[in-house]
Amino acid sequence: MNKLIISPSPHIHGEFSTKRLMRDVIIALLPALLASFYFFGLGAAKVVCISIISCVVFEYLIQKFLLKVTPSINDLSSVVTGLILSFNLPSNLPVWLVVTGSLIAIGAGKMIFGGLGNNPFNPALVGRVFLLIARPEEMTTWPLPLTLATADATTGATPLAIIKEGLKNGLTIDQIKESSDYTFSYLDTLFGQIGGSLGEVSAIALLLGFAYLLVRKVITWHIPVTIFLSVTVFSGILHFANSDKFIDPVFHLLTGGMIFGAVYMATDYVTSPMTHKGMAVYGIGIGLLTIAIRTFGSYPEGMSFAILFMNALVPLINKYMKPKLFGEVK
Amino acid sequence: MIKTFKRGGVHPPENKISRNAALEQLVPEGIIRIFTSQHIGAPAECIVAKGDKVKVGQLIAKANGFVSANVHSSVSGTVLGVENVADYQGIKKPAICIQVEGDEWEESIDRSPDINRDLSKTTEEILAKIAEAGLVGLGGATFPTHVKLAVPKGKTAKAIIINGAECEPYLTSDHRIMLEKGEELLIGVQLLKKAVNVDKAYIGIETNKQDAIDNLVKLAVNYSGIEIVSLKPKYPQGGEKQLIKSITGLEVPDRALPVETGCIVSNICTTFAVYEAVQKNKPLFENSITVTGKNLKVQKNFIVRIGTPLSKLIEAIGGMPENTGKIISGGPMMGRAISNMDAPTLKGSGAVLFITGEEAKRGTKSNCIRCSKCVAACPMGLQPFLLYRLAELNMFEELKEISVHACIECGCCLYTCPANLPLVDYIRLGKTRAMKLIVKPK
Repeated sequence: MNKLIISPSPHIHGEFSTKRLMRDVIIALLPALLASFYFFGLGAAKVVCISIISCVVFEYLIQKFLLKVTPSINDLSSVVTGLILSFNLPSNLPVWLVVTGSLIAIGAGKMIFGGLGNNPFNPALVGRVFLLIARPEEMTTWPLPLTLATADATTGATPLAIIKEGLKNGLTIDQIKESSDYTFSYLDTLFGQIGGSLGEVSAIALLLGFAYLLVRKVITWHIPVTIFLSVTVFSGILHFANSDKFIDPVFHLLTGGMIFGAVYMATDYVTSPMTHKGMAVYGIGIGLLTIAIRTFGSYPEGMSFAILFMNALVPLINKYMKPKLFGEVK
Repeated sequence: MIKTFKRGGVHPPENKISRNAALEQLVPEGIIRIFTSQHIGAPAECIVAKGDKVKVGQLIAKANGFVSANVHSSVSGTVLGVENVADYQGIKKPAICIQVEGDEWEESIDRSPDINRDLSKTTEEILAKIAEAGLVGLGGATFPTHVKLAVPKGKTAKAIIINGAECEPYLTSDHRIMLEKGEELLIGVQLLKKAVNVDKAYIGIETNKQDAIDNLVKLAVNYSGIEIVSLKPKYPQGGEKQLIKSITGLEVPDRALPVETGCIVSNICTTFAVYEAVQKNKPLFENSITVTGKNLKVQKNFIVRIGTPLSKLIEAIGGMPENTGKIISGGPMMGRAISNMDAPTLKGSGAVLFITGEEAKRGTKSNCIRCSKCVAACPMGLQPFLLYRLAELNMFEELKEISVHACIECGCCLYTCPANLPLVDYIRLGKTRAMKLIVKPK
């Protein structure tokens, strides 16, 4: 007679597994990946491959030899970290910097806290911010998309950086737009005709992935949508107060990795709140901080810092934003 | 309008593969063993002795106290004595063993197929009949029905809710009753209304049983004060609190009885049993049991005499299939794994489900990735990942603080968990330990 299993209920399990969720994130990032290959050519492919491979290898080595646990690289989480890290980098970043960034992301961002599920900060962002602070030169010279590059101009700043620079020199936003080579049209930013990190340039490709994540129930709408709303509201208020000095909301939304950050980085399970209420607070905070950093800080882009800062607040948000108990008696 | 409850819940594949199998009587034979405790509360007291001849429907064990239920013989024959018999889980409990001889029923039972539409009995008469017939909640909790219908002093019931959600995957016995015994069911509803003195009854049915909804809507025209409510399929809609929420929008306050919302919930099979007890004078000695599974050659909805060995049911579907990995009494979400194939059926047995080895195996657990899916899936507004962690660390005081008592053990959290963490298992353990702290404060 065959052996029967005796275990407590429930006796069936749903469709989700860590691996499936991670695989879905990778699939969702494919359109943006293809867009990055199209705009930045081989350089992009090189950065992506090196980043993914080194993240996976570092995770394996650290788990096997330092933590002495069974390596869990087949849950694909390190692939996701590598992919997201590479999307945060310029396509001409030297190989050794990509590898260093991966080591920091996996080692200092994730493994040091006990691996997947225990890290307080988004690992890819830890890697990115480390590089940004350590090597600001390389990290802020962006190759122009192949479609824009000419014989004498192959690199340039991001639209946000150009505006920041212009504002510093006392120009108004309209003057900056006129004097620059960039068209600054929404359409170009929507499709990716701008300078920037690999993955942040094509808004359309990123939104396509967002739709996929929603359909597959990998993430809920709460975090991205509250970030978008909060950015729109706060930058809108500034813009209407003084449109010469403050960028309009649509431009904010389409540039500087806003969509990429909101959809793929702020929604990182481990480092975002557990309840929908908490997610809303977190999203509003990220939006507010991003606009504050972009507008009043010294960096032209604030998404990474805003997410990391809100990551730090997540335990506090979780403590106060609890779900409401069924039939709660006040 | 299709209603449902808002918070949490999951929707596993329905797999109602036995939905078209008409109810079928399973003929009793051999030795039948009837437990004296098949309900929540004190075990009934045996009133027959070895060698006694009994008839179908004869009282063989008497309710012992208020929260207890009568037990009747499900067959005619000779009493072999009271023995300790292993139940589904292999735990030995006293059972009255009867050698089946023929099928001779008590004369008081009305065996005619005609529907008795006479609704002239008084509240007291109805309640007395229900208590006498040994009715218990057949949805799984097996709480004595006459106790449940006794509205506590100071509270008033406003409506009866009949639970036709059958939200567990695979199960179809309620569905069959609604299709085949529709009018009897509605008479049962009228009797229940009278028993608790209300004029309104709702029957909540999930839309995956549209034929049952249509059937009851058609029949309900002749009965006043019965509303059929279509529900969006979602588990655990058949949970008492969720059902009340779906239908009335009211939430049963934490730690209070459902009657606080003015609602009293009764299961489909129980309601049908109320009809039989009151109108046909027939005690609860048989119930409907779905026998199903993807790997079975035939799907069945049996009417089974209580005390029939499980092996007889397995025999009736052509033996246990090769690749069976687990046999479950009840649905796949809240049912219990069966270890003893010879155990007799109980009043509360509603289904025997065979699942394959592949389905039965739990995935290897990995780190919690804090995806918050368990929080979103919890219909009670708890934080399963946190309850799990605290239980794992033996932090029962803290568990008590974050309302572990409210967990209904529906299993939605574990079902949805991508890391395969044994959430409910630990929460169940933590709940038991934390409840002790609540009952006996230091």
